[in-house]
Amino acid sequence: MNALTGGNYTTADGRKIGNTMMEMKNITLRFGGVVAIKDISFDINEGEIRAIIGPNGAGKSSMLNVISGFYNPQEGEVWFHGKKRPPMRPYQVARQGIARTFQNIALFEGMSVLDNVMTGRLTHMKAGMLSQMIWKGKAEAEETANREIVEKIIDFLEIQAIRKTPVGRLPYGLKKRVELARALAAEPKLLLLDEPMAGMNVEEKEDMSRFILSMNDEFGTTIALIEHDMGVVMDLSDRVVVMDYGKKIGDGTPDDVRNNQEVIDAYLGVAHD
Amino acid sequence: MFYRESGDFSTTYAEDNQTFPIKFDRYRYYAVLAVAFLVIPFIINDYWANAVFVPFLIYAIAAIGLNILTGYCGQVSLGTGGFMAVGAYAVYKLMTAFPEVSMLVHVPLAGLITAGVVTLFGLPSLRIKGFYLAVATLAAQFFLVWLFNKVPWFYNYSASGQISAPERDVIGIIITGPNTEAWAKYMICLIFVTLAALIARNLTRGSVGRKWMAIRDMDIAAEIIGVNPMMAKLTAFAVSGFFIGIAGALFFSVYLGAAEVGESFGIDKSFLVLFMVIIGGLGSIFGSFAGAAFMVLLPVFLKNVFVGLLGWPTDLAAHLQFIVSGGLIIVFLILEPHGLAQLWRLAKEKLRLWPFPH
Repeated sequence: MNALTGGNYTTADGRKIGNTMMEMKNITLRFGGVVAIKDISFDINEGEIRAIIGPNGAGKSSMLNVISGFYNPQEGEVWFHGKKRPPMRPYQVARQGIARTFQNIALFEGMSVLDNVMTGRLTHMKAGMLSQMIWKGKAEAEETANREIVEKIIDFLEIQAIRKTPVGRLPYGLKKRVELARALAAEPKLLLLDEPMAGMNVEEKEDMSRFILSMNDEFGTTIALIEHDMGVVMDLSDRVVVMDYGKKIGDGTPDDVRNNQEVIDAYLGVAHD
Repeated sequence: MFYRESGDFSTTYAEDNQTFPIKFDRYRYYAVLAVAFLVIPFIINDYWANAVFVPFLIYAIAAIGLNILTGYCGQVSLGTGGFMAVGAYAVYKLMTAFPEVSMLVHVPLAGLITAGVVTLFGLPSLRIKGFYLAVATLAAQFFLVWLFNKVPWFYNYSASGQISAPERDVIGIIITGPNTEAWAKYMICLIFVTLAALIARNLTRGSVGRKWMAIRDMDIAAEIIGVNPMMAKLTAFAVSGFFIGIAGALFFSVYLGAAEVGESFGIDKSFLVLFMVIIGGLGSIFGSFAGAAFMVLLPVFLKNVFVGLLGWPTDLAAHLQFIVSGGLIIVFLILEPHGLAQLWRLAKEKLRLWPFPH
């Protein structure tokens, strides 16, 4: 097993990690004169939980935004499933099977929980305008079929009781869970989580960790996550990328990273003499 | 007490998804339909048709149209009057060019033409939002009115610059022109409003509607779950234009009979329909009806009270009517910004428990 080149190994807890799913090659992202990401390469293997960590302003969220198509990097290539990805709009990326959640919850406040999760199925719903106008027949059958899948996810995330509640009325922790449900409803190949545990208490963090692990285990979803809680990151993830000031300063298993001098310096600071 | 959902279980997702999942609601809806189709046509007279029912039904279609755009997709439009004019002039040109074709074809066709025009004016929405989009649609309003005034082809070179609806019938029943009976006017509008409401409801509960609402609530998140913002916004403009076009076509051909664009489809019409949507409730089909009813009935009601009941002079009553309805709109926006539809929802929630407090 070689953590850096990745691919095709079995983890200590017996999960199979497949081939490289996504590869970022020499990504550089600039906003005017500010270099947010500087020449970063890393890969994500099928079935693994990959964490991106780093101090504030390191460029982690920008990296996720590059993957999900919000930003197109000035330099570098994104490879997905062995093919180079041309510059894309976010909705095209979503249709390739990449879903994500946001650091600040981005739910549709005017809709019920059920409708929010149903929006996650939009990439799978194909009924045309005309058949939806008539409703009976194709549109209704499609709605029912997708509703069944959504109900399974609602069960999985234990949000049955709030199905019909408008999202605006929910507390923060549940909103996070609904957002995860929406992303999961798309049945993504790759799921990007931007700080899924920010602002949660210990119990909620435990719940969320459990969901992330069983998502990965049961649905085989590949997960890339950004998180500040080091305990969670080290426990959950198979491999960790560490960023600082837009540069990659570490990459490897949690143990590798923990013992990496550069990473320790970035987090704890270094004495200048 | 009488409004109960206990014992009323949905056993399939399709059942849970229907428009009125609660049995009581469903029967009430059938009852309203039955009265509208089977009772009112036989007792309606000219006054009730022209003052109340026909404008209410036509404005309800327009309000549904604008509600889809503004209430469901979140794109503000101040061009409704101009878009209704497109429907009116389209149906006029169609009626005069193809007199042998049924009005049941012309009116939806006028709706389709309007859908095309509105989609065109919806293109700026891909770049601009909110107030700026409202101003862009305002430009559409003024441009369209100017266009229909300036180009004589649209009003068939008539000397007055007016358009007037020739007499047309559907299966032998005259529905346009001065000889139309009250019940026929009412019936044709009722048929269109029923279909419009059904289609609007079906669209808004399915994936198209969710795309619109996703764009309305948070366009960035909508894009990240795979909604193409351009397609979602333009379909909202198109569907909205379709309904507004039908409303405009009926407004001219069935209700007015003769129209002059600046007077019948001016900016005040845009605001009137917008008020209907806001007062009725954004993002609610029922709200469109409630808003249309409120805005159509209020002036009639006030006039009857001031002139009929109190015997005040008509000019004073007319001015007072403006003051009162303006004031009521403001009061309404402050007290219940989510409109009549929200009041209705709250009433239903209360009724579920009544008469028990918990």
